[in-house]
Order: sequence, then C-alpha cells, then structure tokens
Amino acid sequence: MKMLKNLLVATGLGLAAIGTAVTVNAAGSSEGHADAMKHMDWSFNGPFGQYDRDAAQRGYQVYKEVCSSCHALDQLAFRHLGDKGAPFFNADFPNPNDNPLVKGFAADWDVPDVDSDDGSAMTRTGIPADNFPPIYENEIAAANANGKAPPDLSLIVKARNGGADYVYSLLLGYDHEAPAEIAESMGAGSYYNPVMEGGVIAMPPQLQDGLLDYEGENAPAATKEQMAYDVTQFLAWSADPKLEQRKRVGFGTMIYLFLLTILLYLSYRQVWKNVKH
Amino acid sequence: MSEVINDVNSTDETHGEDPSRRDFIYIATGAAAAAGAGAIVWPLITQMGPAADTLAVGSIEIDLSKVDEGQQLKVLWRGKPVFVRHRTAKEIAEAESVDLADLKDPATDDSRLRPDGEGKLNPQYLVMVGVCTHFGCIPVGEAGDFDGWYCPCHGSHYDTSGRIRKGPAPLNLVVPEYEYLSANRIKVG
Amino acid sequence: MSGPSTYVPRTGFSKWMDERLPIIRMGSDFMTYPSPRNLNYWYAFGGILTLCLITQIVTGIIIAMHYTPHIDLAFDSVQRFKRDVSFGWLIQPLHAVGASMFFLAVYIHMFRGLYYGSYKAPREMIWMIGCVIYLLMMATAFLGYTLPWGQMSFWGATVITGFFGAVPFVGESLQQWLLGGYSVSNATLQRFFSLHYLLPFLIAALVGLHVWALHHAGQNNPIGISVKTKKDTLSFHPYYTVKDGFAVGVFLLIFCFFLFYQPDALGHADNYIKADPLVTPPHIVPEWYFLPFYAILRAVENKLFGLILMVGAIAVLFFLPWLDFSKVRSMRFRPITRWFFIIFIVMCFILGWCGAETPDNMVFTVGDGLGLNFLWLSRIATAYYFAYFIIILPAMSLIETPKERPASITEAVLGHADRGAPLVPAE
Repeated sequence: MKMLKNLLVATGLGLAAIGTAVTVNAAGSSEGHADAMKHMDWSFNGPFGQYDRDAAQRGYQVYKEVCSSCHALDQLAFRHLGDKGAPFFNADFPNPNDNPLVKGFAADWDVPDVDSDDGSAMTRTGIPADNFPPIYENEIAAANANGKAPPDLSLIVKARNGGADYVYSLLLGYDHEAPAEIAESMGAGSYYNPVMEGGVIAMPPQLQDGLLDYEGENAPAATKEQMAYDVTQFLAWSADPKLEQRKRVGFGTMIYLFLLTILLYLSYRQVWKNVKH
Repeated sequence: MSEVINDVNSTDETHGEDPSRRDFIYIATGAAAAAGAGAIVWPLITQMGPAADTLAVGSIEIDLSKVDEGQQLKVLWRGKPVFVRHRTAKEIAEAESVDLADLKDPATDDSRLRPDGEGKLNPQYLVMVGVCTHFGCIPVGEAGDFDGWYCPCHGSHYDTSGRIRKGPAPLNLVVPEYEYLSANRIKVG
Repeated sequence: MSGPSTYVPRTGFSKWMDERLPIIRMGSDFMTYPSPRNLNYWYAFGGILTLCLITQIVTGIIIAMHYTPHIDLAFDSVQRFKRDVSFGWLIQPLHAVGASMFFLAVYIHMFRGLYYGSYKAPREMIWMIGCVIYLLMMATAFLGYTLPWGQMSFWGATVITGFFGAVPFVGESLQQWLLGGYSVSNATLQRFFSLHYLLPFLIAALVGLHVWALHHAGQNNPIGISVKTKKDTLSFHPYYTVKDGFAVGVFLLIFCFFLFYQPDALGHADNYIKADPLVTPPHIVPEWYFLPFYAILRAVENKLFGLILMVGAIAVLFFLPWLDFSKVRSMRFRPITRWFFIIFIVMCFILGWCGAETPDNMVFTVGDGLGLNFLWLSRIATAYYFAYFIIILPAMSLIETPKERPASITEAVLGHADRGAPLVPAE
C-alpha cells in the first residue's frame, strides 16, 4: 500500500507542477481587467458540455450582420456550419454540402476566384465547399481601414486567455470610465475597454439593444447581452468544433482506462501475492 | 496477511488459491488491454482516408449554357478532367448511326446520356471523364479516325459518343455519375 | 547482473532461429531479466517513457502526413488536420499533450535517479546516455514547438536562436547559419521540421543503448545495495510487467484527462494566433518544461553569461557521478544529503515559477517598496542549483556519516538473508 501512496504522491507532485505553470501563465493583467471580466457558466464547459445550438445559430447571424464587416473567419468553410456538432447540423443531410441552409449561407457571400475564360480575378457566389472569404485584400489594407488589423475570429476563443469569458466580456466591456492616465494617452479612434490588454481598443462598441432582429417564434429579444452571448457560443464552436465529440470519446476512454487500471491492479496483487518486496 | 516467504520466487500455484479466479483476472486484463490497443489502431488508420475538405469538392456543378455548339468544356473534377461536349447535329447523327456489333464495348449513344429534370435525354450534351481507359492519358478532342477523341499515348480512337473504336484501350470513356439540376445545370459526383 | 542466458529453444523453428539470429533468445532474456525485488513505483517511469516515445513517434509520423512546412501554410495545415482529417482532432492534441507528459515522466525519472544514486558506479554510462537523451528531447521539443507557426512558436524560436548570437566572435554568423537567414523564416521552419523528424529516431537509438547499459550493469534499487544472489531478484515478467502496467494505467488516466478535457491547459493561447513578425506577444514564456532553465538564463544581466549558466545547468549533470563520490547510493541512508535533495527539488520548482513570471514582479513585499522580486528569487534558486552539485554533494561525500545499511536486498526485505521468518518489511 505504501507504494500506491508513493505513486499518488508522484502524480500529485506532477499535477502540482503543471498546475503552477498553468495558473502562472494565466495570470498577469491589470485590476480593471479583473473587474470587467464576466465569468459565465458556459454550456460547453464541464465534462459533458455541449454548445447551445440555438444560440450559436443566432450567433452566426450576429457574426454575419455585425462582425463580418471587418473580421474574417479564416479557418472555416461554409460546409463546416452543417457538420455534425455544428450549429446548423441537420441529420437529414449528413453531407453538409447538401444542407439547404448551408447552401443558402454560402450563397450570401461572394468568394474570390479566377475567371475560367480570361484568367482575370473575379468573384462568384459561394458554394458550401468554399472557405469564408477574407474581408480585406491583405493585412495592410485591413490595418489601413481600421487603424489596427481586426483579428481573425475563427480561433479567437482559443487565442485569448480567458477564452469565451474574454470574448463575451470584451463585447460588453465598453461601459467603464477610463482612468485618467489612460484617457490622456488615448488617441482618436480608440476606446477604453478594460478587458483588452492595456485597456485601449481600436474597435468601437458594436452591440446595442435591438441592433438586429432575431427571427423565429421563441427567439429572445436581441439585447446586447443576448447578442454577445450568442456570438460567443458561435465563436466558441468555431474555435473548437470537435469539442462535443472529444468529450464524448473522452468519457468512454476514461471509463475504459479506469476499469483497465483496476484490472491491472488486481493482476498485480495476484502476481505479487506471496512475494515479499 | 500471513505469507510464506521461504521460496521467494515461487509462483502462485503452490499456494493453493482458486486458479479460475486468478485466470479470470489475467484473461480479463489481457483482453481489456488488447481491446484498447485495437481501438487505438482505428484512428491511426482512418486518418489516411480523404479528409472532409477533399470530400467536399467531390461534387461540382457545371453551367451547360457556357458551352457553345461544337465546343468542349474541360473541368477538373476529383483531380481528373471532365469533358462537356456540346455536340453538333452531325456528331449526334454519327454517334446514333453506329452498328452496335462493330463496337468493342457495345453501348448505345442514349445509354451514355442522363435524363434531365423532365425525364428527357438531351443528346446535345455529352459528359465524360476525359481519361483514356488504356493507361490514363488525356485524349485529344475532334481528332482520330472517328471524329471523336484520340489518345496520343498509344493511339486509341474514340467516336463522337466517346466509345472505343480502334486501338489498345479496352473500354469506352467513362460517363461520371451526374444529374441535371435544371435545364442548363448539372451536378457531377 | 545479466548472467548467462536461461533460454532454451524448444520448437524446430526456434532452434533454427537461435543458431542464426538469436532474437527470440534476446526477447526471452529481456522478459526474464532478474530485477531487484524491491523496486518501487518510481522505477515504473522507464517503461512509461518508452510508451511516451512510441506515442510521440507514431502520432508525429501521422501529423507529418498532413502538415505543410511553409510559413504561409503551416498554421492552416494544423487547423485543417484538426478540423477536416478523420481523428485529427484527437491525434494533434495527443502529440502536443504527449510532449508535456513525456517531460513530466522524464523529470520524475531523473529525480528518482538522483534520489537513489542511480548514476554511481557502475552506472555512469546509463546516467550520461540518459542526459544525452534528455538534451535531445529538449531540442526536439523546441523544434517541434516552432512547427505550428503560431505567435509563441515564432517568438520562442526567435528568442532561443537569439542565444546563439551571444556566442563571442562568431555569434552573428552562427545565428544566421542556424536560421538560414537574418531572422526566423521559411528556411528556418523547413530545417526545423526536418530535424524535428530526425531527432526522435536518434533518441530511440540512444534508448536502446540506455537499456543495454542498464541490463549490463544491472538495475539500481531503492536501498542502493547491489544484487548479490538470485534471491535478491524477481523475473522481470510477470512481476514488473504487471507492476509497470498498473503504473502505466494510472499515468494514462492523467494523460487522458488533459487530452480530452484540458487539451490547451499546457499550451499558450497566443499560439492560436498565426505568427506575425511585426507583433510580439505581451508575455513570451516557454513551455512549462523549459521554465526552470529560462529562469536560470535570465538570472544574470549578461546575455553570454546567462547562456553559459543555462548550458552549465545541464552540463553539470554529466559530471554528477564524479561530483557525488559517496559510496552510499540511496538517499535513504544519507540523513543530511537527503534534506539538501528535498530543498533541491523545491528550488527546481521555484525556478520554474520564476521562469513563468516577469523578473521585476514582486514575490512578496515588506512595508514600503521592500521585498523580493522574481529576479532575485531566481538568483537564489540558481545559486542553490549549482551549489547542490558543485559544493554540497562533494562536501557531503566527505563528511556525512551514512546510516547503517542492510547487507543485501533480501535482508532489507525479509529482515534476515537466509532465514525465512516473516519480519517487518524494510520499506
């Protein structure tokens, strides 16, 4: 039994080491930041977490009507919207290319292509197999139009410490008074948002109550908070589309490993039964 | 726990516990480990199959109205050229008048067309995979002894319906799986 | 304690084989290898590390089938692998989390060797080969971390290759030669990919030597008393296969917890941003397993001296068998050194903590403006790290009076070597 204890101590030490590294990495921001961060109980947290499909569908609408004027979704193709586990998955269309909703979304966008007759650059209507098109020609153009290049949103939830809480809080983080020393140094076209590293952001506040209409009988009112929540659900899915599958497979694997480890322990006890060591 | 420790290398058998219980544990452990190993192998194998983005471009839509009479459109589909030929009346007549007995791989011209939305065949548009059935070269259009296609690699001649007429190729040019979405639009694959 | 082979070929085929290529004999001797009967769970990490190496090589070969080593495509090709390739979402984190687990296991393995004196005669070669393996692991991990071409990949590579610029006289040329350009670029990415693929196979070869040397010199054990008679040993199979198997099961549970539920906890959010040579992330931090060395590097102001200290921190391990010349292997019988060892472990953790923090940040403050910042904490810990090897261990070898030790493993286990009376186990 002593050896078992040793092993537990060993794993404990290891986990503590990792834990220290992780928490230390996550630390390091200003006080205003801590106040402005909202900690939400996201549906996709936890060992059985899943995305809120209705919210993620509305979130796509928010992205399309609001965010997409500046922000791209580099890593997403339209077909991804209809994949298993995605907001618009429909069991009748296991191949997302046939999903009429997905086809419709793709057709809302013009994607760059080459004219097959004369080879010149042109745009055509999107099809599900296409990637979401870039919003700006290149990074310089993006920076030129906005002061700073708007980041890609397809991975934004993974690319920021705080994840979904960060994105949600940032969208709602404009209602704070800038401290004097920051207010002085802020130039035109920049805004105070304590969620942002450094507190200054080039993006103007985007969400206002009633900015858009959610369709459908049970659709909630399009308040700021609702839109921020919805688009965060959508972007969380976009950053980690396999989350549900991963957690499902993970649960099975953990149970299997747990049973296997018990069996191995019983075998160990059996083999060593009469051996002093 | 009172234990006999004289013979430190002794195995369990000498100590008289139930061998079936012991064997059950060993067998269960071995089987569980083997099952786990098997389950791990599966992802390692399937990852080599075509990925979702590859499968997504497995079907394409083609606008037939872009092809003028007597012209041929060459479109890349699943990494291979697809010929869309807008045939002239003369070519259609030639294709339909062939005696099936003369063919190496007998097929009527109609069997090489697909019905449109109203169930009618549209003989003007011939859609084929442009890969010679001999060794996979791409045949040249409006060439060869039968006014159809000619493969320069080993000299196979295809007629205006894409059927093999002369040369080493064993089969007609393949008609891909396709359907009419509207009068002028087809979906290949 | 390898002893003569006990394998007897029975079937016609095995006899035929045994005369030509005695590979079955080799496997059989490996499985029946007489191992000390008192090995505890700390000794399971050799087997766990073998599993880690195999996992990294297999998943790595698969990722290489889908990865594109080009600065414009690398980041996207990793995302495509995770999003579109069957099970890519599983295999990519398996490789990334696997690297952390590999280091977790290797650190435990090394601390175990330090505690039980496994580097002492006749096991110096086992220890030094192990040190080379560890160096290659660090190189491989560093090269591999560059490949996803995120912000931390790029800036980590920039900072680390920048060390070479500190080498006197040839620094700049050396750095440019290493990078294949003036900065981390496509040429760098391609050579890093090539070397990242190569090094694991060198590691595998060295692991072969490591195990060969181990089986030649015989395993050390928790009391550090060499195997004397057959009674001191047990056949590797089934005794240690099943014991290691259980340890592997527990290890995999921890591995899978991270893999399935916290795949990003051990990485950095910034690495989900594509590399941008014009924007430096606010906090550049290496992966957790490099943090102690990063702290040592930053413990001094002078770049070259920092580099020398960091290299020295690893180089000193090679001299350990001669720095610690006490005849007693296991710390169990070294009452004072044991405490120094425990402090040493604490200092390693402190170094890791310092590596993750900004040097100017305060660890604690006393009153107004006084206190300890991380720079000075890392200096204290660095000093102890070197003192432990260069001063404490040699000094203790001279002055410490070890505790009384049992005559043999069997005596330690049974109380008496030759009588069979059940006594209190020594453990």
